[in-house]
Amino acid sequence: MAASESYPDELLYHSEHDWARIDGDEAVLGVTWFAQDALGELVHYEPPDVGSTVSKDASYGEVESVKAVSDLISPLSGEVLAVNQKVVDAPETVNEDPYGDGWLIRIRMSSPGERDQLLSVDEYRKVLENA
Amino acid sequence: MQTLRRTPLYDRHVALGARMVPFAGWEMPVQYEGVIPEHKAVRADAGVFDVSHMGELEVEGPTARDLLQATLSNDVDKLEPGVAQYTLVTNESGGIVDDVILYRLDGHRYLIVANASNAAAVLDWLKERELRGSDVRDVSDDYALLAVQGPRSLERLGLERAKPFTWAMGELHGVEVMVNRTGYTGEEGVELACMADEAGVLWDAILQRGVVPCGLGARDTLRLEVCYPLHGNDIGPDRDAIASGLGWACALDTEFTGVDRLRAVKAEGPEQRLVPFVMTEKAIPRQGMAVVGGGEVTSGTMSPMLEVGIGMAYVPSAAAKAGTELVIDVRGKERRGVIEKKPLYKKEH
Repeated sequence: MAASESYPDELLYHSEHDWARIDGDEAVLGVTWFAQDALGELVHYEPPDVGSTVSKDASYGEVESVKAVSDLISPLSGEVLAVNQKVVDAPETVNEDPYGDGWLIRIRMSSPGERDQLLSVDEYRKVLENA
Repeated sequence: MQTLRRTPLYDRHVALGARMVPFAGWEMPVQYEGVIPEHKAVRADAGVFDVSHMGELEVEGPTARDLLQATLSNDVDKLEPGVAQYTLVTNESGGIVDDVILYRLDGHRYLIVANASNAAAVLDWLKERELRGSDVRDVSDDYALLAVQGPRSLERLGLERAKPFTWAMGELHGVEVMVNRTGYTGEEGVELACMADEAGVLWDAILQRGVVPCGLGARDTLRLEVCYPLHGNDIGPDRDAIASGLGWACALDTEFTGVDRLRAVKAEGPEQRLVPFVMTEKAIPRQGMAVVGGGEVTSGTMSPMLEVGIGMAYVPSAAAKAGTELVIDVRGKERRGVIEKKPLYKKEH
Protein backbone atom coordinates (compact mmCIF):
# COMPACT_ATOMS: atom_id res chain seq x y z
CA MET A 1 0.00 0.00 0.00
CA ALA A 2 1.24 3.48 -0.86
CA ALA A 3 2.03 5.69 2.11
CA SER A 4 -0.05 8.80 2.76
CA GLU A 5 1.48 12.22 2.19
CA SER A 6 3.97 13.35 4.83
CA TYR A 7 7.20 15.31 5.23
CA PRO A 8 8.94 14.62 8.53
CA ASP A 9 10.14 17.67 10.47
CA GLU A 10 13.54 16.22 11.36
CA LEU A 11 14.75 15.77 7.75
CA LEU A 12 16.56 18.17 5.46
CA TYR A 13 15.29 18.48 1.90
CA HIS A 14 16.56 19.18 -1.60
CA SER A 15 14.34 20.91 -4.14
CA GLU A 16 14.66 17.90 -6.48
CA HIS A 17 12.48 15.99 -3.97
CA ASP A 18 15.21 14.21 -2.07
CA TRP A 19 15.70 14.07 1.69
CA ALA A 20 18.69 13.60 4.02
CA ARG A 21 18.74 12.33 7.61
CA ILE A 22 22.03 13.47 9.13
CA ASP A 23 23.63 11.51 11.97
CA GLY A 24 27.14 12.70 12.95
CA ASP A 25 29.29 12.68 9.82
CA GLU A 26 26.97 10.23 8.08
CA ALA A 27 23.71 10.81 6.22
CA VAL A 28 20.95 8.56 4.94
CA LEU A 29 19.35 9.69 1.65
CA GLY A 30 16.02 8.99 0.00
CA VAL A 31 13.24 10.51 -2.08
CA THR A 32 10.21 12.35 -0.74
CA TRP A 33 6.60 11.31 -0.73
CA PHE A 34 5.99 13.78 -3.57
CA ALA A 35 8.67 12.13 -5.74
CA GLN A 36 7.36 8.60 -5.33
CA ASP A 37 3.78 9.76 -5.91
CA ALA A 38 4.75 11.56 -9.11
CA LEU A 39 6.57 8.47 -10.41
CA GLY A 40 3.98 5.89 -9.39
CA GLU A 41 4.84 2.38 -8.24
CA LEU A 42 8.59 1.90 -8.50
CA VAL A 43 9.76 -1.23 -10.30
CA HIS A 44 13.53 -0.71 -10.52
CA TYR A 45 16.30 0.87 -8.42
CA GLU A 46 19.71 1.35 -9.98
CA PRO A 47 21.96 2.15 -7.00
CA PRO A 48 25.54 3.46 -6.98
CA ASP A 49 28.40 1.15 -5.98
CA VAL A 50 29.41 1.05 -2.34
CA GLY A 51 32.69 2.96 -2.07
CA SER A 52 31.89 5.33 -4.94
CA THR A 53 31.50 9.04 -4.32
CA VAL A 54 28.39 11.13 -4.78
CA SER A 55 28.29 14.89 -5.31
CA LYS A 56 25.72 17.39 -4.12
CA ASP A 57 23.19 18.23 -6.86
CA ALA A 58 24.46 15.40 -9.11
CA SER A 59 22.79 12.10 -9.99
CA TYR A 60 23.86 9.09 -7.93
CA GLY A 61 21.44 6.53 -9.33
CA GLU A 62 18.04 6.01 -10.88
CA VAL A 63 14.61 4.82 -9.94
CA GLU A 64 12.09 3.68 -12.52
CA SER A 65 8.34 3.21 -12.61
CA VAL A 66 6.60 1.34 -15.40
CA LYS A 67 6.41 4.54 -17.42
CA ALA A 68 9.34 6.70 -16.34
CA VAL A 69 12.97 6.89 -15.30
CA SER A 70 14.07 9.43 -12.73
CA ASP A 71 17.58 10.46 -11.68
CA LEU A 72 18.30 10.45 -7.98
CA ILE A 73 19.84 13.79 -7.04
CA SER A 74 22.15 13.79 -4.07
CA PRO A 75 21.48 16.53 -1.51
CA LEU A 76 25.02 16.10 -0.08
CA SER A 77 28.51 15.03 -1.18
CA GLY A 78 30.31 12.00 0.22
CA GLU A 79 31.30 8.37 -0.05
CA VAL A 80 28.68 5.63 -0.37
CA LEU A 81 28.83 3.41 2.72
CA ALA A 82 25.75 1.30 2.07
CA VAL A 83 22.99 0.70 -0.47
CA ASN A 84 19.53 -0.42 0.64
CA GLN A 85 19.34 -3.92 -0.79
CA LYS A 86 15.70 -4.20 0.28
CA VAL A 87 14.82 -1.49 -2.26
CA VAL A 88 16.95 -3.17 -4.95
CA ASP A 89 14.95 -6.37 -4.39
CA ALA A 90 11.57 -4.68 -3.82
CA PRO A 91 11.55 -1.12 -5.24
CA GLU A 92 7.92 -0.61 -4.18
CA THR A 93 9.26 -0.33 -0.62
CA VAL A 94 9.91 3.33 -1.49
CA ASN A 95 6.21 3.85 -2.20
CA GLU A 96 5.22 2.11 1.02
CA ASP A 97 7.67 3.84 3.34
CA PRO A 98 9.69 6.59 1.63
CA TYR A 99 11.35 7.87 4.85
CA GLY A 100 11.89 4.54 6.61
CA ASP A 101 12.41 1.15 4.93
CA GLY A 102 12.55 2.94 1.58
CA TRP A 103 15.85 4.76 2.24
CA LEU A 104 18.26 4.54 -0.72
CA ILE A 105 21.88 5.05 0.36
CA ARG A 106 23.98 5.91 3.41
CA ILE A 107 26.99 8.15 2.90
CA ARG A 108 29.90 9.59 4.86
CA MET A 109 29.74 13.32 4.20
CA SER A 110 32.83 14.90 2.66
CA SER A 111 31.56 18.50 3.04
CA PRO A 112 29.30 18.57 6.10
CA GLY A 113 28.83 22.33 5.65
CA GLU A 114 26.64 21.60 2.62
CA ARG A 115 23.80 20.87 5.01
CA ASP A 116 23.34 24.61 5.45
CA GLN A 117 22.22 24.84 1.82
CA LEU A 118 19.43 22.29 2.27
CA LEU A 119 15.80 23.14 2.92
CA SER A 120 13.85 22.79 6.14
CA VAL A 121 10.49 21.06 5.94
CA ASP A 122 8.70 24.44 5.76
CA GLU A 123 10.95 25.62 2.94
CA TYR A 124 10.41 22.35 1.08
CA ARG A 125 6.65 22.63 1.46
CA LYS A 126 6.90 26.02 -0.26
CA VAL A 127 8.72 24.34 -3.17
CA LEU A 128 5.81 21.88 -3.41
CA GLU A 129 3.22 24.66 -3.35
CA ASN A 130 4.88 26.14 -6.41
CA ALA A 131 5.44 22.79 -8.17
CA MET B 1 0.48 26.82 -26.39
CA GLN B 2 -1.52 23.99 -27.80
CA THR B 3 -5.11 23.36 -26.88
CA LEU B 4 -5.64 19.75 -25.96
CA ARG B 5 -8.82 18.02 -27.04
CA ARG B 6 -10.99 16.22 -24.52
CA THR B 7 -13.15 13.14 -24.93
CA PRO B 8 -16.80 13.20 -23.80
CA LEU B 9 -15.65 11.38 -20.65
CA TYR B 10 -13.08 13.95 -19.52
CA ASP B 11 -15.05 15.10 -16.45
CA ARG B 12 -15.61 11.50 -15.37
CA HIS B 13 -11.87 10.76 -15.56
CA VAL B 14 -11.06 13.78 -13.43
CA ALA B 15 -13.77 12.86 -10.91
CA LEU B 16 -12.25 9.38 -10.62
CA GLY B 17 -8.91 10.94 -9.72
CA ALA B 18 -7.17 10.05 -12.98
CA ARG B 19 -3.78 11.51 -13.77
CA MET B 20 -4.40 13.35 -17.05
CA VAL B 21 -1.57 13.72 -19.58
CA PRO B 22 -1.24 15.10 -23.09
CA PHE B 23 -1.29 12.32 -25.68
CA ALA B 24 -1.47 12.82 -29.45
CA GLY B 25 -3.14 16.21 -28.97
CA TRP B 26 -5.63 14.90 -26.41
CA GLU B 27 -5.82 15.19 -22.66
CA MET B 28 -6.10 11.55 -21.62
CA PRO B 29 -6.04 9.49 -18.40
CA VAL B 30 -2.69 7.72 -18.06
CA GLN B 31 -3.75 6.01 -14.83
CA TYR B 32 -6.39 6.02 -12.09
CA GLU B 33 -5.28 3.74 -9.23
CA GLY B 34 -1.97 2.85 -10.84
CA VAL B 35 -0.63 1.18 -13.98
CA ILE B 36 0.15 -2.13 -12.29
CA PRO B 37 -3.21 -2.75 -10.55
CA GLU B 38 -5.06 -1.69 -13.71
CA HIS B 39 -2.93 -4.00 -15.82
CA LYS B 40 -3.60 -6.91 -13.46
CA ALA B 41 -7.33 -6.17 -13.41
CA VAL B 42 -7.44 -6.65 -17.19
CA ARG B 43 -5.45 -9.90 -17.00
CA ALA B 44 -7.58 -11.28 -14.15
CA ASP B 45 -11.04 -9.80 -14.62
CA ALA B 46 -12.08 -6.80 -16.76
CA GLY B 47 -11.01 -3.24 -17.41
CA VAL B 48 -12.42 -0.38 -19.47
CA PHE B 49 -10.40 2.13 -21.47
CA ASP B 50 -11.66 5.38 -22.96
CA VAL B 51 -10.17 5.28 -26.44
CA SER B 52 -12.43 7.97 -27.88
CA HIS B 53 -9.32 9.83 -28.99
CA MET B 54 -8.91 7.34 -31.80
CA GLY B 55 -9.97 8.49 -35.25
CA GLU B 56 -12.97 7.14 -37.14
CA LEU B 57 -13.28 7.57 -40.89
CA GLU B 58 -16.16 6.42 -43.03
CA VAL B 59 -15.50 5.44 -46.61
CA GLU B 60 -18.64 5.10 -48.68
CA GLY B 61 -19.68 4.66 -52.28
CA PRO B 62 -19.68 2.24 -55.17
CA THR B 63 -15.89 2.56 -55.53
CA ALA B 64 -15.11 2.52 -51.79
CA ARG B 65 -13.83 -1.04 -52.13
CA ASP B 66 -11.48 0.00 -54.96
CA LEU B 67 -10.09 2.92 -53.00
CA LEU B 68 -9.44 0.75 -49.95
CA GLN B 69 -7.96 -2.12 -51.94
CA ALA B 70 -5.52 0.32 -53.56
CA THR B 71 -4.46 2.00 -50.32
CA LEU B 72 -4.60 -0.74 -47.66
CA SER B 73 -2.27 -3.72 -47.39
CA ASN B 74 -4.77 -6.44 -46.55
CA ASP B 75 -7.31 -7.95 -48.94
CA VAL B 76 -10.51 -5.92 -48.69
CA ASP B 77 -12.40 -8.59 -50.65
CA LYS B 78 -12.08 -10.93 -47.68
CA LEU B 79 -14.36 -8.60 -45.71
CA GLU B 80 -18.03 -9.52 -45.53
CA PRO B 81 -20.42 -7.09 -43.86
CA GLY B 82 -20.11 -7.72 -40.10
CA VAL B 83 -16.42 -8.55 -40.34
CA ALA B 84 -13.33 -6.51 -39.42
CA GLN B 85 -9.72 -6.69 -40.49
CA TYR B 86 -6.35 -5.46 -39.23
CA THR B 87 -4.67 -3.67 -42.12
CA LEU B 88 -2.01 -1.07 -42.91
CA VAL B 89 -2.02 2.22 -44.76
CA THR B 90 1.28 1.83 -46.62
CA ASN B 91 3.47 4.37 -48.40
CA GLU B 92 5.46 3.91 -51.64
CA SER B 93 8.42 2.35 -49.81
CA GLY B 94 6.23 -0.16 -48.00
CA GLY B 95 6.43 1.86 -44.77
CA ILE B 96 3.44 2.25 -42.50
CA VAL B 97 1.45 5.50 -42.48
CA ASP B 98 -0.82 3.91 -39.89
CA ASP B 99 -2.09 0.56 -38.75
CA VAL B 100 -5.86 0.52 -38.61
CA ILE B 101 -8.89 -1.70 -38.20
CA LEU B 102 -11.24 -1.74 -41.14
CA TYR B 103 -14.90 -2.67 -40.58
CA ARG B 104 -17.31 -3.39 -43.39
CA LEU B 105 -20.56 -1.74 -42.34
CA ASP B 106 -22.62 -2.79 -45.34
CA GLY B 107 -22.25 -3.34 -49.08
CA HIS B 108 -20.51 -0.08 -49.96
CA ARG B 109 -19.73 1.42 -46.57
CA TYR B 110 -16.61 0.90 -44.46
CA LEU B 111 -15.35 2.27 -41.16
CA ILE B 112 -11.65 2.81 -40.44
CA VAL B 113 -10.47 3.17 -36.85
CA ALA B 114 -7.09 4.91 -36.91
CA ASN B 115 -4.57 5.88 -34.25
CA ALA B 116 -5.25 9.30 -32.70
CA SER B 117 -1.85 10.63 -33.70
CA ASN B 118 -2.37 9.57 -37.32
CA ALA B 119 -6.07 10.19 -37.85
CA ALA B 120 -5.50 13.45 -39.71
CA ALA B 121 -2.72 11.94 -41.84
CA VAL B 122 -4.88 8.96 -42.80
CA LEU B 123 -7.78 11.24 -43.69
CA ASP B 124 -5.52 13.36 -45.92
CA TRP B 125 -3.91 10.27 -47.43
CA LEU B 126 -7.28 8.78 -48.44
CA LYS B 127 -8.79 12.12 -49.48
CA GLU B 128 -5.89 12.68 -51.91
CA ARG B 129 -6.56 9.29 -53.46
CA GLU B 130 -10.36 9.47 -53.49
CA LEU B 131 -11.97 8.01 -56.57
CA ARG B 132 -15.07 9.11 -58.41
CA GLY B 133 -17.79 7.33 -56.47
CA SER B 134 -16.01 7.11 -53.13
CA ASP B 135 -16.38 9.55 -50.28
CA VAL B 136 -14.09 9.71 -47.24
CA ARG B 137 -15.43 11.46 -44.15
CA ASP B 138 -13.98 12.10 -40.72
CA VAL B 139 -16.68 11.02 -38.24
CA SER B 140 -14.39 11.02 -35.18
CA ASP B 141 -16.37 13.65 -33.31
CA ASP B 142 -19.60 11.70 -33.69
CA TYR B 143 -18.42 8.64 -31.80
CA ALA B 144 -16.97 7.61 -28.48
CA LEU B 145 -15.04 4.37 -28.25
CA LEU B 146 -14.69 2.27 -25.09
CA ALA B 147 -12.54 -0.85 -24.94
CA VAL B 148 -13.70 -3.40 -22.38
CA GLN B 149 -11.06 -6.09 -22.03
CA GLY B 150 -10.33 -9.05 -19.81
CA PRO B 151 -11.36 -12.67 -19.23
CA ARG B 152 -14.59 -11.62 -17.43
CA SER B 153 -15.45 -8.68 -19.70
CA LEU B 154 -18.19 -10.44 -21.67
CA GLU B 155 -19.79 -11.90 -18.55
CA ARG B 156 -19.78 -8.49 -16.86
CA LEU B 157 -21.35 -6.85 -19.91
CA GLY B 158 -23.84 -9.68 -20.40
CA LEU B 159 -22.55 -10.42 -23.89
CA GLU B 160 -22.25 -13.76 -25.63
CA ARG B 161 -18.97 -14.91 -27.12
CA ALA B 162 -18.43 -14.20 -30.80
CA LYS B 163 -15.67 -14.65 -33.33
CA PRO B 164 -12.73 -12.24 -33.06
CA PHE B 165 -12.74 -9.52 -35.72
CA THR B 166 -16.48 -9.46 -36.18
CA TRP B 167 -18.97 -6.80 -35.16
CA ALA B 168 -22.70 -6.44 -34.59
CA MET B 169 -25.07 -3.75 -33.35
CA GLY B 170 -26.28 -4.18 -29.80
CA GLU B 171 -27.69 -2.33 -26.85
CA LEU B 172 -26.25 -1.78 -23.39
CA HIS B 173 -28.17 0.05 -20.69
CA GLY B 174 -30.38 1.61 -23.38
CA VAL B 175 -27.41 2.84 -25.41
CA GLU B 176 -27.10 1.66 -28.98
CA VAL B 177 -23.57 0.33 -29.46
CA MET B 178 -21.49 -1.16 -32.22
CA VAL B 179 -19.95 -4.18 -30.51
CA ASN B 180 -16.55 -4.91 -32.04
CA ARG B 181 -14.73 -8.12 -31.15
CA THR B 182 -11.35 -6.44 -31.19
CA GLY B 183 -8.83 -5.17 -28.68
CA TYR B 184 -5.25 -4.28 -27.84
CA THR B 185 -4.56 -6.32 -24.72
CA GLY B 186 -4.39 -9.97 -25.78
CA GLU B 187 -7.47 -10.69 -23.66
CA GLU B 188 -11.00 -11.53 -24.65
CA GLY B 189 -13.08 -8.40 -24.93
CA VAL B 190 -14.89 -5.85 -27.04
CA GLU B 191 -14.51 -2.34 -28.28
CA LEU B 192 -17.81 -0.48 -28.04
CA ALA B 193 -18.59 2.46 -30.29
CA CYS B 194 -21.52 4.69 -29.38
CA MET B 195 -22.72 8.20 -30.14
CA ALA B 196 -20.51 10.73 -28.34
CA ASP B 197 -23.39 12.20 -26.31
CA GLU B 198 -24.28 8.78 -24.90
CA ALA B 199 -20.74 7.89 -23.84
CA GLY B 200 -21.26 8.97 -20.22
CA VAL B 201 -24.27 6.71 -19.74
CA LEU B 202 -22.41 3.79 -21.28
CA TRP B 203 -19.25 4.42 -19.20
CA ASP B 204 -21.27 4.64 -15.96
CA ALA B 205 -23.12 1.42 -16.78
CA ILE B 206 -19.85 -0.40 -17.47
CA LEU B 207 -18.29 0.77 -14.19
CA GLN B 208 -21.45 -0.26 -12.31
CA ARG B 209 -20.88 -3.77 -13.57
CA GLY B 210 -17.58 -3.91 -11.71
CA VAL B 211 -15.29 -3.18 -14.63
CA VAL B 212 -12.12 -1.33 -13.54
CA PRO B 213 -11.29 1.99 -15.24
CA CYS B 214 -7.86 1.74 -16.87
CA GLY B 215 -5.59 4.38 -18.37
CA LEU B 216 -3.22 4.59 -21.30
CA GLY B 217 -0.34 3.41 -19.09
CA ALA B 218 -1.85 -0.04 -18.64
CA ARG B 219 -2.96 -0.08 -22.27
CA ASP B 220 0.70 0.24 -23.25
CA THR B 221 2.05 -2.42 -20.89
CA LEU B 222 -0.76 -4.83 -21.84
CA ARG B 223 -0.14 -4.52 -25.56
CA LEU B 224 3.62 -4.85 -25.14
CA GLU B 225 3.32 -8.09 -23.15
CA VAL B 226 1.52 -9.62 -26.13
CA CYS B 227 3.78 -7.87 -28.68
CA TYR B 228 1.19 -5.76 -30.48
CA PRO B 229 3.17 -3.01 -32.21
CA LEU B 230 2.53 0.65 -31.40
CA HIS B 231 2.69 3.05 -34.34
CA GLY B 232 5.24 5.76 -33.65
CA ASN B 233 7.28 3.37 -31.50
CA ASP B 234 7.61 -0.01 -33.18
CA ILE B 235 6.26 0.72 -36.62
CA GLY B 236 6.18 3.82 -38.79
CA PRO B 237 6.64 5.29 -42.26
CA ASP B 238 10.40 4.54 -42.31
CA ARG B 239 10.20 0.81 -41.58
CA ASP B 240 8.65 -1.53 -44.13
CA ALA B 241 5.80 -3.79 -43.11
CA ILE B 242 7.83 -7.00 -43.59
CA ALA B 243 10.67 -5.87 -41.30
CA SER B 244 7.94 -4.78 -38.87
CA GLY B 245 6.67 -8.34 -38.68
CA LEU B 246 3.35 -7.42 -40.30
CA GLY B 247 3.72 -9.39 -43.50
CA TRP B 248 0.69 -11.39 -42.38
CA ALA B 249 -1.43 -8.24 -42.83
CA CYS B 250 -0.12 -7.67 -46.37
CA ALA B 251 -1.93 -9.43 -49.20
CA LEU B 252 0.97 -9.33 -51.65
CA ASP B 253 -1.23 -10.80 -54.39
CA THR B 254 -3.31 -7.59 -54.40
CA GLU B 255 -2.23 -4.20 -55.78
CA PHE B 256 -1.73 -1.44 -53.18
CA THR B 257 0.69 1.40 -52.54
CA GLY B 258 4.19 0.06 -51.95
CA VAL B 259 3.36 -3.55 -52.83
CA ASP B 260 6.25 -3.86 -55.31
CA ARG B 261 8.73 -2.85 -52.65
CA LEU B 262 7.17 -5.24 -50.14
CA ARG B 263 7.31 -8.12 -52.64
CA ALA B 264 11.03 -7.38 -53.12
CA VAL B 265 11.69 -7.21 -49.37
CA LYS B 266 9.79 -10.45 -48.91
CA ALA B 267 11.91 -12.14 -51.61
CA GLU B 268 15.26 -10.79 -50.39
CA GLY B 269 14.47 -10.79 -46.68
CA PRO B 270 14.56 -7.56 -44.64
CA GLU B 271 17.87 -6.26 -43.28
CA GLN B 272 16.44 -5.93 -39.79
CA ARG B 273 13.47 -7.44 -38.03
CA LEU B 274 11.30 -6.36 -35.14
CA VAL B 275 11.69 -8.91 -32.34
CA PRO B 276 10.32 -9.21 -28.81
CA PHE B 277 12.79 -9.81 -25.99
CA VAL B 278 13.00 -10.20 -22.24
CA MET B 279 15.83 -9.01 -20.03
CA THR B 280 17.85 -11.72 -18.30
CA GLU B 281 19.65 -9.06 -16.22
CA LYS B 282 17.92 -6.55 -13.95
CA ALA B 283 17.13 -3.54 -16.15
CA ILE B 284 14.22 -1.93 -17.94
CA PRO B 285 14.69 -1.35 -21.67
CA ARG B 286 13.28 1.90 -23.06
CA GLN B 287 12.46 3.29 -26.48
CA GLY B 288 15.57 4.62 -28.25
CA MET B 289 18.17 2.53 -26.42
CA ALA B 290 20.81 0.97 -28.69
CA VAL B 291 21.19 -2.76 -29.16
CA VAL B 292 24.93 -3.45 -28.99
CA GLY B 293 26.13 -4.69 -32.37
CA GLY B 294 23.36 -2.91 -34.28
CA GLY B 295 19.72 -2.26 -33.66
CA GLU B 296 17.41 -0.19 -31.54
CA VAL B 297 14.81 -0.70 -28.83
CA THR B 298 11.44 0.65 -29.98
CA SER B 299 9.36 -0.13 -26.88
CA GLY B 300 10.26 -1.23 -23.39
CA THR B 301 8.79 -1.50 -19.93
CA MET B 302 8.70 -3.60 -16.81
CA SER B 303 6.21 -6.40 -17.43
CA PRO B 304 3.68 -6.39 -14.58
CA MET B 305 2.92 -10.09 -15.14
CA LEU B 306 6.44 -11.42 -15.82
CA GLU B 307 8.10 -8.93 -13.43
CA VAL B 308 11.10 -8.48 -15.70
CA GLY B 309 12.07 -5.88 -18.28
CA ILE B 310 10.56 -6.60 -21.70
CA GLY B 311 10.62 -4.85 -25.02
CA MET B 312 10.72 -4.91 -28.77
CA ALA B 313 13.71 -3.99 -30.91
CA TYR B 314 14.90 -3.97 -34.48
CA VAL B 315 17.94 -6.21 -34.80
CA PRO B 316 19.89 -7.51 -37.84
CA SER B 317 17.93 -10.37 -39.43
CA ALA B 318 20.88 -12.74 -38.92
CA ALA B 319 20.56 -12.21 -35.16
CA ALA B 320 16.78 -12.20 -34.94
CA LYS B 321 16.01 -15.83 -34.05
CA ALA B 322 14.26 -16.65 -30.79
CA GLY B 323 16.84 -17.73 -28.24
CA THR B 324 19.50 -15.30 -29.48
CA GLU B 325 21.07 -13.19 -26.74
CA LEU B 326 21.08 -9.43 -27.16
CA VAL B 327 22.79 -6.69 -25.19
CA ILE B 328 21.07 -3.37 -24.54
CA ASP B 329 22.92 -0.15 -23.75
CA VAL B 330 20.95 1.00 -20.69
CA ARG B 331 22.24 4.57 -20.23
CA GLY B 332 25.85 3.46 -20.55
CA LYS B 333 25.51 0.07 -18.84
CA GLU B 334 25.40 -3.14 -20.88
CA ARG B 335 22.52 -5.36 -19.83
CA ARG B 336 21.66 -8.74 -21.34
CA GLY B 337 18.39 -10.02 -22.66
CA VAL B 338 17.18 -12.80 -24.94
CA ILE B 339 14.97 -12.75 -28.01
CA GLU B 340 11.73 -14.64 -27.49
CA LYS B 341 8.77 -15.74 -29.57
CA LYS B 342 5.55 -13.72 -29.57
CA PRO B 343 3.67 -13.26 -27.32
CA LEU B 344 5.90 -12.64 -24.31
CA TYR B 345 2.98 -13.17 -21.93
CA LYS B 346 0.79 -16.24 -22.31
CA LYS B 347 -2.10 -17.22 -20.11
CA GLU B 348 -1.48 -20.25 -17.93
CA HIS B 349 -4.05 -22.94 -18.61
